Amino acid sequence: MDTNLLEVRNCKQAYHKDAAADFVVLDNVDVTIRAGEIVGLLGRSGSGKSTLLRIVAGLLKPTSGQVIWRGAALSGPAEGVAMVFQSFALFPWLTVQENVELGLEAQGVARAEREKRAEEAIDLIGLGGYESAYPKEMSGGMRQRVGLARALVVHPDLLLMDEPFSALDVLTAETLRTDLIDLWMEGKLPVRSVLMVTHNIEEAVLMCDRILVFSSNPGRVAQELRVPFAHPRNRHDAAFRKFVDDIYALMTRRATSVPAPNTGEAAGTPVVEAVHALHPVSTNLMAGLIETIAAEPYRGRADLPPLAGALQLELDELLPLCETLALLHFGELEEGDIKLTDQGREFANADTDDRKVLFATALRGHVKLAATIRGVLDERWNHRASAVRFRDELEDHMSPNYAEDTLRAVISWGRFAELFNYDEEADQFFLETDA
Amino acid sequence: MSETTLGARATNTASIKRLPNGFDLAALLFISAVLIAVAHAAKHTFAPLSVPQEVAISLDPTYLPGYALRTVMRMFAALACSLLFTFTYATFAAKSRRASMVLVPILDLLQSLPIYGFLTFTVTFFLGLFPGQVLGAELAVVFVIFTSQAWNMAFSMYQSLKTVPADLDEASTSFRLSGWQRFWRLEVPFATPGLVWNMMMSMSGGWFMLVASEAVTVGNTTFELPGIGSYIAKALMARDIRAVFYAIVAMLVVILLYDQLLFRPLVAWSGKFRFETTQMEQGDDPWMLALLRRTRLLRYIGDALGAVFFLVSGLRLGSVGRMRERTVRAPSRAADILWFSVLALVVLWAAFRIVTFFMNAHLGFGDVGTAVLLGVFTMIRVVVLMALATLVWVPAGVWIGLRPKRARAMGAAAQFLAAFPANLFYPIFVVVIVRYSLNPNIWLTPLIVLGTQWYIAFNVIAGAAAFPGDLQEAAKNFRVGGLLWWRRVILPGIFPYFVTGAITASGGSWNASLVAEVATWGNTTLHAEGLGAYIQEATVRGDTPRVLLGMVVMAGFVLTFNRVVWRPMYAYSSKRLRY
Repeated sequence: MDTNLLEVRNCKQAYHKDAAADFVVLDNVDVTIRAGEIVGLLGRSGSGKSTLLRIVAGLLKPTSGQVIWRGAALSGPAEGVAMVFQSFALFPWLTVQENVELGLEAQGVARAEREKRAEEAIDLIGLGGYESAYPKEMSGGMRQRVGLARALVVHPDLLLMDEPFSALDVLTAETLRTDLIDLWMEGKLPVRSVLMVTHNIEEAVLMCDRILVFSSNPGRVAQELRVPFAHPRNRHDAAFRKFVDDIYALMTRRATSVPAPNTGEAAGTPVVEAVHALHPVSTNLMAGLIETIAAEPYRGRADLPPLAGALQLELDELLPLCETLALLHFGELEEGDIKLTDQGREFANADTDDRKVLFATALRGHVKLAATIRGVLDERWNHRASAVRFRDELEDHMSPNYAEDTLRAVISWGRFAELFNYDEEADQFFLETDA
Repeated sequence: MSETTLGARATNTASIKRLPNGFDLAALLFISAVLIAVAHAAKHTFAPLSVPQEVAISLDPTYLPGYALRTVMRMFAALACSLLFTFTYATFAAKSRRASMVLVPILDLLQSLPIYGFLTFTVTFFLGLFPGQVLGAELAVVFVIFTSQAWNMAFSMYQSLKTVPADLDEASTSFRLSGWQRFWRLEVPFATPGLVWNMMMSMSGGWFMLVASEAVTVGNTTFELPGIGSYIAKALMARDIRAVFYAIVAMLVVILLYDQLLFRPLVAWSGKFRFETTQMEQGDDPWMLALLRRTRLLRYIGDALGAVFFLVSGLRLGSVGRMRERTVRAPSRAADILWFSVLALVVLWAAFRIVTFFMNAHLGFGDVGTAVLLGVFTMIRVVVLMALATLVWVPAGVWIGLRPKRARAMGAAAQFLAAFPANLFYPIFVVVIVRYSLNPNIWLTPLIVLGTQWYIAFNVIAGAAAFPGDLQEAAKNFRVGGLLWWRRVILPGIFPYFVTGAITASGGSWNASLVAEVATWGNTTLHAEGLGAYIQEATVRGDTPRVLLGMVVMAGFVLTFNRVVWRPMYAYSSKRLRY
């Protein structure tokens, strides 16, 4: 059973940006998938895990490195690999039956055989009776079942799943997960291995045999974990909880101790020196989180997994929020916990005007970019400055998407703090002169 | 580039969505009668037609900038009229149930009617209003351009007014906005993106009419107004290929200028009125808009104008929206009876007018038969050429559209290509046909789709560009290729876009047949058998009854085509093929 189905060797994926350095999305990634296992790629959005999935599927050619599929180098979409998409990617003009048959049609399977296999797959995944329905008529959960049936019908050796449950509501997602694991345990899934991308820690621990934890910017495999539990797994089991907790700790530690790489040390007069990408987190959410942590039952210190559960926030939403609080010195992250600082407590007890003052102080003190913008505006006779210059400089340090996010974040925070204002039409920062 | 430029989808489909009813027939009768009346009035002024003093058009290219300026002024005057028409006619049609019964079919019909064929009479009509003055001729030209610009703009506005989101509508009612305020604060902004796009299309359509309208021959009299159109006409007459080339360059420059100075900024600016949940990919501001927004002086001027507009549009004119009753109040019976009686009378008058007219003109069923037969010839041309354009542009459009960079470049070329009037290509066609003694019935035909094929091309490109990336990936992942890929994946994906483009292209091709079936180069004139040539020749002869007959038959063909071919396709594609 221990044969290697897939090997990713020293893979690197970079996007070329004119003039400036390339942006490395994936760096030095090695992954091996053996037959008979479910492997999870766990990481935050932007960590390149979906990119890796597309490289494995043969949809994307890596900048450098090699993908060995069943002993041969991969070039182009591979036979024996089928993918389930986050957005389902069903063809709206085809019925369930036709959608499921598509992969077989492409292989040139005869009609009678095609229909038989499609029906089997449809029945297996619990869609019997829906053959003639169009995707538009179905709920999200049903659609993803069609997506699964479409992938399973070709009897792939490797099933790829790109955040297959993240577009579904909690209840539907849970049902689908359990159904899938049940089929897997009973040996009814016509696949040899599964590789799934997720940003949900519990989901990964619930389903996978092995978890590869990704770090961001650039994406690397930071840690490989073997999940020691037998199926079916119980979320409320103490050992399970502990395992989830440890992964939280691992991911928050990574996030805080490794700053975004800074390539601009040699620049002449950097307006934005030592920039980190900022998360565009709304000030309302920050205030809400600070209040929640300050209040009962947390009283200033909260364990992240239960906090995420109570607030119904995904890891992807909670971590940036916590990191932003840490950046502004309103909170501290340690071992999967978040703890309010004195400033954080003060903020929680302040009224709106005082909060703005506290926030402005934090912004000027700890977010270099915000301080620089304010400084430039103070110097200008008309108190206006084009945002283009800041955007350009940010783009020397990070991808255009990150630069845009960072700018959006600083604009929103600057407005809340009334540190500066922004004119969207002119794309300029300005100070309210008559205020 | 903002995606709207690519969004050729925004062209008119309102006439297709609407269900045909008895009012269409009434509208047909009514418009025919009005045309007869106008032609009648024009005829009286026929004999003593006093043409303003001859202005000789010089083929010297140094005159071209001046001509271009005058032409552009006319086009913008017509655009202003079209806007005025749009704001009044479409608003009235959208607000009043009774008015909409009549106004919408009329608009639908006007859109499919080749007003171009009636050119001579509208011109003589206006000349008759201002005998001996240049003003009459100028007004006539502006009116003709107006008829090529206004209908689709009005339809776009009507459609927007009918689809104002319910929540915004309720919000404006609950804040007690008056009718006037609601119009400027809610309805006009909501209609703006569609309207701006249609204005651009209209400007392209205007060029087509321009070449024909600036130099008009009525009987033995020819009048010319200085402009690019008359310059081209003169160049064609004089067989001056160099002058034709100059005219093309001048047109290019003019189109480029108003595109860069006006429409690019306008489209980008109108993006902020978009009411869509999906985030459009926003490009950078066009340089002109950036200039307007960032230059202090221009900003102040803009702000001042904005303040005036705000003041005027904020006036509390009109009534405040009332509470809507749960049960829809039954419309007043008496008023309905009165309204329908008036309509019936108008229709009767129209029918009477038409019958007496054709009786007097000694037109029999034979003439109708001839017109219909010629209509069939033209129809064959349109169908064959549309099929050819489809065969070429669907694969090409998909190839371009799936590659974003190329799609963007082609999007920018859209306006240029659609704007070029078929007349400019006469020299090539006539020279080749005469040189090789080809059959004009076949070889003049390509002129029909010269301008209109671009509607198909750009819509297919837009469709392919909008094809969802995850579906592309899914097809790749399941290794769907070859014929299966075309059949199952891309063709259904672009079909709604294709239909939208084809509707515009088909209507445009019918109208283009008037120019395409008769080609002139110096003293060589080539004719093809067809309804377009029929109308064109009747126009030159001054044979009003046959012009009218031809126009009505053509409108009939276009409308039937829409109902029988495009409407079912459109209904199918919007039911089944939308993402």
